[in-house]
Amino acid sequence: MTSILTYTLKNLPSTSKWALRFSLRPLSCSSQLRAAPAAQTKSKKTLAKPNIRNIVVVEGVRIPFLQSGTSYKELMPHDLARAALLGLLHRTNVPKDVVDYIILGTVIQEVKTSNVAREAALGAGFSDKTPAHTVTMACISANQAMTTGVGLIASGQCDVVVAGGVELMSDIPIRHSRKMRKMLLDLNKAKTLGQRLSLISKFRLNFLSPELPAVAEFSTSETMGHSADRLAAAFAVSRLDQDEYALRSHSLAKKAQDEGLLSDVVPFKVPGKDTVTKDNGIRPSSLEQMAKLKPAFIKPYGTVTAANSSFLTDGASAMLIMAEEKALAMGYKPKAYLRDFVYVSQDPKDQLLLGPTYATPKVLERAGLTMTDIDAFEFHEAFSGQILANFKAMDSDWFAQNYMGRKTKVGSPPLEKFNNWGGSLSLGHPFGATGCRLVMAAANRLRKEGGQYGLVAACAAGGQGHAMIVEAYPK
Amino acid sequence: MVASRAIGSLRRFTASRTLRCPGYTCRNFSASSALLTRTHINYGVKGDVAVVRINSPNSKVNTLSRELQSEFIEVMNEIWANDQIRSAVLISSKPGCFIAGADINMLASCKSAEEVTQLSQEGQRMFEKLEKSTKPIVAAISGSCLGGGLELAISCQYRIATKDRKTVLGTPEVLLGILPGAGGTQRLPKMVGVPAAFDMMLTGRNIRADRAKKMGLVDQLVEPLGPGLKPSEERTIEYLEEVAVTFAKELSDKKISLKRDKGLVEKLTSYAMSIPFVRQQIYKKVEEKVRKQTKGLYPAPLKIIDAVKTGIEQGNDAGYVSESQKFGELAMTKESKALMGLYHGQVLCKKNKFGTPQKDVKHLAILGAGLMGAGIAQVSVDKGIKTILKDATLAGLDRGQQQVFKGLNDKVKKKALTSFERDSIFSNLTGQLDYQGFEKADMVIEAVFEDLNVKHRVLKEVEAVVPDHCVFASNTSALPIRQIASVSKRPEKVIGMHYFSPVDKMQLLEIITTEKTSKDTTASVVAVGLKQGKVIIVVKDGPGFYTTRCLAPMMSEVLRILQEGVDPKKVDSLTTSFGFPVGAATLVDEVGVDVAKHVAEDLGKAFGERFESGSVELLKQMVARGFLGRKSGKGFYIYQEGVKNKSLNSDMDGILASLKVPPKSDVCSDEDLQYRLVTRFVNEAIMCLQEGILATPTEGDIGAVFGLGFPPCLGGPFRYVDLYGAQKIVDRLRKYEAAYGKPFTPCQLLIDHANSPNKKFYQ
Repeated sequence: MTSILTYTLKNLPSTSKWALRFSLRPLSCSSQLRAAPAAQTKSKKTLAKPNIRNIVVVEGVRIPFLQSGTSYKELMPHDLARAALLGLLHRTNVPKDVVDYIILGTVIQEVKTSNVAREAALGAGFSDKTPAHTVTMACISANQAMTTGVGLIASGQCDVVVAGGVELMSDIPIRHSRKMRKMLLDLNKAKTLGQRLSLISKFRLNFLSPELPAVAEFSTSETMGHSADRLAAAFAVSRLDQDEYALRSHSLAKKAQDEGLLSDVVPFKVPGKDTVTKDNGIRPSSLEQMAKLKPAFIKPYGTVTAANSSFLTDGASAMLIMAEEKALAMGYKPKAYLRDFVYVSQDPKDQLLLGPTYATPKVLERAGLTMTDIDAFEFHEAFSGQILANFKAMDSDWFAQNYMGRKTKVGSPPLEKFNNWGGSLSLGHPFGATGCRLVMAAANRLRKEGGQYGLVAACAAGGQGHAMIVEAYPK
Repeated sequence: MVASRAIGSLRRFTASRTLRCPGYTCRNFSASSALLTRTHINYGVKGDVAVVRINSPNSKVNTLSRELQSEFIEVMNEIWANDQIRSAVLISSKPGCFIAGADINMLASCKSAEEVTQLSQEGQRMFEKLEKSTKPIVAAISGSCLGGGLELAISCQYRIATKDRKTVLGTPEVLLGILPGAGGTQRLPKMVGVPAAFDMMLTGRNIRADRAKKMGLVDQLVEPLGPGLKPSEERTIEYLEEVAVTFAKELSDKKISLKRDKGLVEKLTSYAMSIPFVRQQIYKKVEEKVRKQTKGLYPAPLKIIDAVKTGIEQGNDAGYVSESQKFGELAMTKESKALMGLYHGQVLCKKNKFGTPQKDVKHLAILGAGLMGAGIAQVSVDKGIKTILKDATLAGLDRGQQQVFKGLNDKVKKKALTSFERDSIFSNLTGQLDYQGFEKADMVIEAVFEDLNVKHRVLKEVEAVVPDHCVFASNTSALPIRQIASVSKRPEKVIGMHYFSPVDKMQLLEIITTEKTSKDTTASVVAVGLKQGKVIIVVKDGPGFYTTRCLAPMMSEVLRILQEGVDPKKVDSLTTSFGFPVGAATLVDEVGVDVAKHVAEDLGKAFGERFESGSVELLKQMVARGFLGRKSGKGFYIYQEGVKNKSLNSDMDGILASLKVPPKSDVCSDEDLQYRLVTRFVNEAIMCLQEGILATPTEGDIGAVFGLGFPPCLGGPFRYVDLYGAQKIVDRLRKYEAAYGKPFTPCQLLIDHANSPNKKFYQ
C-alpha cells in the first residue's frame, strides 16, 4: 500500500492538485481503517423494507478479464459465459436444479447464439428445464440482468436466479453489405437458372465491402471516446488529471491483484492453451510515458488517449442471487443484500457518460441515505475523463440546478473510498459482464474493509445510467 | 438562374445578419479616450500569447466598422511592439458570430466610387500587415465568419473553427452586388485554389466548418461542447480559446508547420493551374457561365473574375489596385443599391411587428395533403411543431406524407441532417383522415381545393372541433379572406396565409388580414411563419391580395402578346433576359393553366376593364383540351419525365391561331414587349400601395422579388421606380395606353412621383 503511494507520489509534479489530494490518502485511509470496526458496531439502520423479500448475493465470480485478441481470441461468447457459470457452480456447489432462472447480459451479439444465456447454461450442464434469457443495455447489461433477477425474486416468481454477463471483443459479427445480403437472399428465392443468372449479373464489386458493427452512438453518430473527450473538455478536466487518475486505477488494481483481493476471479482452462488465472490488462506505467501518447479520438489536441481509457476486453461474470430465506434454508452465508436501484437516462450527445451523476442522488434518496453513509464506491470507469467529469458534475450546484432539477449538488465521492481495488480502466471492461464485477467488488470490499453500504454506479451508451445500493450481510 | 440563386442565397445569409443592428450607439470616440475605453476590442495576455477579443457593444454581431477597424489596428500595433508577446489569438466574445462582415452602412454612406476605393485600400493595407506579421496570429472562429470577417481570417497565419451549424464561412459580397474588397479576391484563390475560390466568390455560398477544413480554408476544427460547469456556448468559446492558445504557442515555438498536406487532387489542380493555357481556359469557362446565368444584368461576378485574373497574371500589387477600384465602381451601381435594399427589406420582413402572441403555437393542423399542404407540413415539423396533416383520402394523404419524407430525406442525402434526425423530425407529423386531436390544435391552416364552397365546408367542420383560441388560416392565392370568413363564428380568428410553391424553397409568405382579424391572430401567424423560416409581408384583404394582383395583369399581357403571334419561347427569353428567373409562359405552365384561368376570371370580374387585354378564352380552351401545364404534362410546352429540354406543344398552334389578334407595330419591338409586361406589374404594385393593400413599399418589393421573381437586380417595383425614375415609367405607360387604353393608365401615386422627382418611396 505505502509503496504504491510513494511510487505514485514520486511521479507526480508537486504543483498538481491531485498530488495534494493523493497525499492525503494515507492519513484518511488509515483513519478509516481504524474507524472501520467502529462503523460496524455503530450498526446503521438496515434497508430492509416491510412486505418485500430480502434479496441476497450468495456468491459472484468472473473469469479473468483479458485484453481482446489474447488467450480467449479463438473462443465464442458462450464459451466464456459457460466458464463463468461453471466457476459459480464449482464455488457454490449449488444444485443445478434449484436454479429457477438464468439471465445474462451482452452487448455485441454473436448472431449464432443470440440468446447466449441459454446456450451457455445448457453447455454448463444446467437443467434443460431452467429457462434462460439474454438482456442488453450497453455497458449496464449485467446490471440489467441482476435487477431483472431481483425483480423476479421480489415478486415471488423465483427464489434462485443466476445473473451475469459476457462479452467477447476478439470476434465481432462483421456483415456483408446490405446490397450483398439482399442479392444472396433473392438468390435463395430464385427458382430458375435464368433468374439466378440475372441476379448474379447485378453483382458489383462494391457489394463486397463489409459492414462493421457500429462503434458510434446510433442517434448521434459519435464514438464514445470522442464524446468522452468532449465531456472532459466541457468540465475542464486536464490531460494530466486524466493520466493521474488512470495511473491510480492501474496501481490500485495491481496492488489488489498482488494481495489476492480479487477473490471473484476463477481460473479458466482455455482449450488448447494454458489456464488463465489473472486479469492481463493491469499495466501501471509512468506519467511520463503516458504523456507521450497521442490523443486517440480528437486529434491532435484532445485529452483522451489509449492509456486513460478502458480497453477492449473479453470476459464473463456470473452471480448467484437468492431470496434471503431460501439462502439461509440452504445453509448459505450470503455476502450482501441487493437493495434499491435506479436506471436513469439523459441526452446521448452531450451527457452520454454522465449516468452516475444522475443516478447517484436518486438512488441515495430512494434508500434514505446520504453520501457519508456509503463506505465503498464502485463506479464503472469507462474513461478517466468520464470519471473526473462525473466528479465535477456531482460537485456542482450549478449543474444540479440547471440539468438535474435538484436544489443542491450531491457531492463527489471521497477518493479514499472509491474503486480501491482498481476499476474498468485497469481490470478491463467486457461490456456485458462489468455490472457483476462492480457489485462483487463492492460486496467483497465491504467484507474486507468493513462498512455497511456500497454504492455501485455506471454509465452506458445511449446516455443511460444505473446505480444500486449494496448492503453488507451481517457477519 | 443566377437571379433565383441570388435569392436563395440571400436567404441563407440573413440568418447571419451582416447588417449592423439598430440601437448601435457608441461612435466617434476620440483617439485618446479609445485607448482607455476600447469598446469593440480588448486583449489580455496568456503567457506569451495575446488573446484579442472582439465584441461590438449593443449588437448581436460584430461588423468591421470604422471604429472596430481603428481599435483593431491600435491593439495589433501594441502587440507587435511588445517583446513579451510572441503570438496572438483573435476571437469573438459573441457566441454565434466571429465577424459577420463589413458594415453595410459604412459603404452606403460613401458618396463616390473614390471614397469606397479608399475604404477598400485601408482594409487591404490592414490585412496585408496581418499577413506579414512575424508573430503568428491564430483566428479562432466560432459563428459566422463572412465577407470582411473571412478576409480578416484568411490574412491570419492559422485558423481554428468550431464545428457547429452556426459556424459558416463565406464571401456573400456578390449577393450585394459588390466584391470582397479587402484582399479577398487575391488571397482566397491562393488559399483554396482558383476553382474553389471562384465558386465561393461567385455564388456567395456559406461553407460549413467541416467542409472548410477539407478545402483548406481552416486548419483545425474544435467540436462544440455540452454543458459542464457553465452553459455550453460559454464553455465552447472558452475551449476554442484554450485550443487556439495552444496552437499559437506551438506556432511561435515552430513546433508545427504552416504547410498543409495537400491531397492528390489538390496537388494535381495546383499543378494544372500553373500552366497559363489551363488558366486562360478556366477564366474563359467561368466567364461564359457567368454571362449565361446573369444575362449581363449583374456586373459584380464579371468584375470578381477580372480582379482574380489581374492578381494571378500581373501580380499582387496590380491585383490589389484592380480589386479596390472595382470595389468602388460596383458600390455605386444601381444593381448594388437594389440588392442592398433587398437585403435591408429582408431583415425588416423577418421581424414580428405585431408583438408576441398570447399563445405559442405548439400544435398545428393542416387540411389537405396536396403539394401546398405537405409543403407547409414539411417546413413546420422540422422546426419542432407537432403537426397533423389531414386529407380526405388515403391516397392523397400517402402522397403528402411521402412528399414530407422525401423533402427531409433529400437533406439527409446532402448531409444537412442525419437519418436519425430525419426520423425524429418525421415523428412530429401525424397523418390522418379525421378530426381526431384537433381539440388540441392552436392553429389550423387549410390548403384544400380553391373553391369557396369547399373552404366554407371545412371552416365549419373545423370550428366544430377546435378550441376557442385556435386560429383558422386559409392558404389561398386569390379567394378573398372576408368571403371565406363570412361563415365563421369567430371571424377575428380567421386570416389568410398565402404560401408559394414549392413551399420548402420559396421564402415568401403573404399574410392577409381582414378588418375583423384581431391583432393577436396576426401576431400568431407571423410568429409561425417566422418559425417556418419565411420572409413575411402582411397585406390587406382584397381581390388577389398583393402578389396575385400584381402578377395577374402581367399574365394577361402575356396572353395578348401570345395572341399577337409571339411564340412562347420568345416570351420566355424576353422575360428572363429582363431578369425574371422564370419565363412568363413557363410560369403559366408551372402555376397551372386552370389556376391561372380561375384567377384571371375572378380578378377580371373584380377589376373590370383595367385587367382586360389578352383573352381568357385562350386559357379556357387550353383547360378544355387538358393542357393544364406541368402537372398534366402539357401546356405551352410538353413535359416528359427525365427530358430536360422541353419542346413547344404543337397542339397549341391551332388554339393560338384561332385567337390571333393583329399586333400594333409601334409597340411590338422586343423592348416594348418587355416593358409592356413590367410596367403593368409595377403600376399595379404601386396601386396596391395607393389603395392601402400594402402597408409599406418595402413589403411590396420583398413580395415581388421573393414571391414572384421580380428581377432582384432591380430591387423590386418600388426600388425600380426610385432608381430609374418615375417619369420614364409613366412615359412608357402613356405610350402603351395610347395603343391599348385603360390597362396601361398610370395610377395616381405613380403620376405624383413623376411630377415631383424628389419624391421617393425610399428616403
